[in-house]
Amino acid sequence: MTEKKLTKGNIALAEGAIQAGCRFYFGYPITPQNDIPEYLARNLPKHGGTFIPAESEIASINMVMGAAASGKRAMTSSSGPGISLMQEGISYLAGSEMPAVIVNIMRCGPGLGGIAPTQGDYNQAVHGGGHGDYRNIVLAPGSVQEMFDLTIKAFELADRYRNPAMIIADAMIGQFQEPCRLTPEKPVEFPEKPWALTGRRGREPRLLKSLYLGDYEQEEHNLFLKQKYDEIQEKEVMVEMQHLDDADLVIIAFGTPARVAKTAIAMAREEGLKVGLIRPITLFPFPSLQILEHSRRIGKVLVVEMNTGQMVRDVRIAAHKDAEISFYGRPGGGFPFPDDVLAEIKKALGGGAR
Amino acid sequence: MNAIFKRPDSLTDAPTHFCPGCTHGIAHRLIAEAMDELGITDRAIGIPGVGCCVFLYRYFPIDALEAPHGRAPACATGMKRAQPDSVIFAYQGDGDMAAIGTSEIIHAANRGENITVFFINNSVYGMTGGQMAPTTLLGQQTTTSPYGRDFKSEGYPIKMAEMLATLEGVAYSTRVALHSPKHVNQAKKAIRKAFEMQMNEMGFSMVEMLSTCNTNWRVSPLEALKMIEREMIPYFPLGVFKERTGKDFL
Repeated sequence: MTEKKLTKGNIALAEGAIQAGCRFYFGYPITPQNDIPEYLARNLPKHGGTFIPAESEIASINMVMGAAASGKRAMTSSSGPGISLMQEGISYLAGSEMPAVIVNIMRCGPGLGGIAPTQGDYNQAVHGGGHGDYRNIVLAPGSVQEMFDLTIKAFELADRYRNPAMIIADAMIGQFQEPCRLTPEKPVEFPEKPWALTGRRGREPRLLKSLYLGDYEQEEHNLFLKQKYDEIQEKEVMVEMQHLDDADLVIIAFGTPARVAKTAIAMAREEGLKVGLIRPITLFPFPSLQILEHSRRIGKVLVVEMNTGQMVRDVRIAAHKDAEISFYGRPGGGFPFPDDVLAEIKKALGGGAR
Repeated sequence: MNAIFKRPDSLTDAPTHFCPGCTHGIAHRLIAEAMDELGITDRAIGIPGVGCCVFLYRYFPIDALEAPHGRAPACATGMKRAQPDSVIFAYQGDGDMAAIGTSEIIHAANRGENITVFFINNSVYGMTGGQMAPTTLLGQQTTTSPYGRDFKSEGYPIKMAEMLATLEGVAYSTRVALHSPKHVNQAKKAIRKAFEMQMNEMGFSMVEMLSTCNTNWRVSPLEALKMIEREMIPYFPLGVFKERTGKDFL
């Protein structure tokens, strides 16, 4: 039996990074993610790692780029406004095919925004955020244990596909404590990096770039990236599904709303209402096939988010054309309590689409 | 027969994309000669900024990373920390370093990052067509200062070498020029010294090079060289503004 320790979400994530072999962290303070840099400032040096308190989020992501280009596992973490500043660098990472892990413990903007739990940055993370035709790999932990496990997964996926991987979590997941196993479930994968810049040292020179000016070169490059994203979509979907076999309604939610939904589903089932859950763990790749299959069969879908309706658009694209899709969102730090979700369940089951 | 003059091994024979008369080519050659002489080509990594210098990797047969505009010193920071045995240099223009990248250059310098930065000051944005840069001289006409730069509206040309010299982390900050054989020889020594500072782990080194952009200045190559002497040097004085001699800073 592996020992579990009562651990804060952000700390589990930071320890996950160390266990994943990340030895380079660059970041700028912003609430509600400061536990991550503070933990790594204390602990990275013990593992021979480097921690730099950068002058800005722009510098942070570019320092990450320098370390990532060197073939090292590197990360940064921030929140809403800081992640916005990083978008240029993230686009370069994607365009030049460099792996890195970027963590967003979300604030409830727009603008400076508050620090209560929110999921307002779904669109930014999943649908680009920066300029150009690219995708981030996006992971959405739903527990402290997943903050640890998915951080390791993020480094593995980033390396495997030479692509930025983003972890997005609401402040609840970042700040609360749960028992957590702080050792990897299986040996951590370290893919070879025959592209890393290490000084040519007898071999041919290497180049990491995103500028293509020759005829059709850029189109060719973008189509190559598209192929990679298609492969990620095909191979890397992670999704939790519960109580779908007999369900008359399926709730789709990620992060904290999925946890609330589980409580609401238990309450509903006590009242004889058959409700199931699909919880996307990867937001890109999105579990479109699972949503199509179950929405076709079940017919009624309720999407719960802590925003005004962002993932719900992807659900509408993925779901069966005849599915009735309703949405319950609490933006800006408002919180969906189990009673609220139960009321939405009853509305959805009783009245169909809103 | 003995060859007395040849292309440095650290320079490729790729046809240049620089305009005829541009001094970027001279700066490239001097960096290549210095790499040859110091024997660092195999462990050098170049990080060009965005602008005319972006194709650095065509001309140096070394590993290279294309940085976002202005961010090369931050990229170099992450890279040098990840591989202290490599020689990391950034190559930036004046828009790149002195406008959009001021934050990154100042903080990399202030941390004393053990990297080398080459700074081409030709007083305009070259690649985008000659717009006003922070280094544009007072009265200088550009496409975005068509009536001449006016300090009341656009402020004064920024002096990077002097400014960086005020920071404790800087080991070497100098300004040289590329318009005459004498000055080219001085520039070569400065470039070599900057690399040596990094190799000796002395801290941050920066060489500002006054350069021509005859295309965007709308003058002949020869006239452009004269303008460095006549118009740039009086405002941007040449010299060493900071030079560490020992490791007593440690």
